Amino acid sequence: MSDSPIASVERGVALRLEGVRRVFDNQLVVIDDFNLSIDAGEFLAVLGPSGCGKSTLLRMIAGLSPPDAGRIVTDPPVFQTAFVFQDAHLLPWRSVLDNAALPLELMGVAREERYSKTHAVLKQVGLEDAEARYPSQLSGGMRMRVSLARALVTEPRLLLMDEPFAALDEITRFHLEVQLRELWKLRGMTVIFVTHSISEAAFLANRAIVLARRKGNIKLDRKLELPVERSNSLRSDPRLGEEMNRLMSAMEEE
Amino acid sequence: MLKKLLPPLIPFVVVTLTLEWMVRAGVVAGYLVPAPSAVFRALLDNRDELAAAMAKTSAGALVGFALSTLSGIVIAVLLSSSRVIQKSFYPYAVFFQTVPIIAIAPLLVIWFGYGMKTVIASAFIVSIFPVIANTLQGLLSTDPALRDLFRLYGASSTVTLVKLRFPAALPQILTGLRVASGLAVIGAIVGEFIGGAGLGSVVDVARTQQRVDKVFAAVLLASVLGLGLFGLINLISAVTLRRWHASEQETI
Repeated sequence: MSDSPIASVERGVALRLEGVRRVFDNQLVVIDDFNLSIDAGEFLAVLGPSGCGKSTLLRMIAGLSPPDAGRIVTDPPVFQTAFVFQDAHLLPWRSVLDNAALPLELMGVAREERYSKTHAVLKQVGLEDAEARYPSQLSGGMRMRVSLARALVTEPRLLLMDEPFAALDEITRFHLEVQLRELWKLRGMTVIFVTHSISEAAFLANRAIVLARRKGNIKLDRKLELPVERSNSLRSDPRLGEEMNRLMSAMEEE
Repeated sequence: MLKKLLPPLIPFVVVTLTLEWMVRAGVVAGYLVPAPSAVFRALLDNRDELAAAMAKTSAGALVGFALSTLSGIVIAVLLSSSRVIQKSFYPYAVFFQTVPIIAIAPLLVIWFGYGMKTVIASAFIVSIFPVIANTLQGLLSTDPALRDLFRLYGASSTVTLVKLRFPAALPQILTGLRVASGLAVIGAIVGEFIGGAGLGSVVDVARTQQRVDKVFAAVLLASVLGLGLFGLINLISAVTLRRWHASEQETI
């Protein structure tokens, strides 16, 4: 069963992590001898208990904190990354439009081009009518959509997400998950999605890894056998339940 | 507007009337605490002298406050730029907080002479620390996720300061300015006690003449000046934070 979107060869980044190690304060080994290959255009969910090093892994891949040993090889070597945090982390003094346009502004893109690209991406996440509003005037779900738009505005080839929907209510989360899946199919970027929600991982990803509590050992690495098209009706599909059971038993074994 | 003014006005009227009654009934001696009507009369009788004094004090306090705002923010930015700089110099910034202004005011006269310069220096010294401390606190408490975001898109430290850290620190900076505005007026008055001019000097002279009513009139004007500065900062705060900070929003 093929689960790759058509455009992925063009748009996604392939990654290879080799013997990656990260130590905090010279004593706490968070990640050790970590090896993982991620295909271009893959939607990878990273599951694991709190403190297993999944956020650390994401920060290393983003280049925000270098590994203490090992290396991270990417193909292509230079590309645009975007990062979506657990909370929306918007600038409260900027409108929705200027929040979503921030990455382009920081990269020095001219005003006109910046705004036309931002208008387009805000439309994609369904916020075209909220451009002039400020974060304090938005619901949690809308804020997260602005955050998503801000990540997508640079047309990243690698999208890193650190429990982005964890703080949202379930209905909002379901909507955003479907929307994210659609955007991924449309754009074909590689997505690495860190979560502690088994249902979210199974619903979104085409591959899921489960990390152990210590040193980031991979307990399970599985291609999910689920259809490419994922709508809310999949949530009651027995195939999703089976995949969730597999992930859950991997999470539970010590 | 009336709804906002009424709550603080009621205690003012009650206290004024009570005080007036107490003095008139002989509960409090008029030469110790003047009746509000006597203070009012002193204000009217000496209006030219008091107006000129108030203008001088205002100028001294305002210039001192402006200097401490500007240099306080610049110093905080420098301190926030590196942990080493912060550790080496912050204790000396605290010095401004602990210095007893009344004790060094005579020194200021020796350095700057009688008049405006001493007053400005005094207002500056007592009002700079809250600006430094609050601005520094604000600059150091930038959301780490947002700093990461700026790094991810290759923003320089100057761009990060201008577009992220400084605006994010604005609520704290304004808190610092609120505290500093009141202190600047106090500093100016203390400077005038020694350096001779303005409301401080009016208080000093009236005191030696046992003119308690005039002392109160001058003190009242000094408070008005402090309130005015405070109000100005609140106005700036309301305009700049209106759209985004919880402290300036009545409802979401």
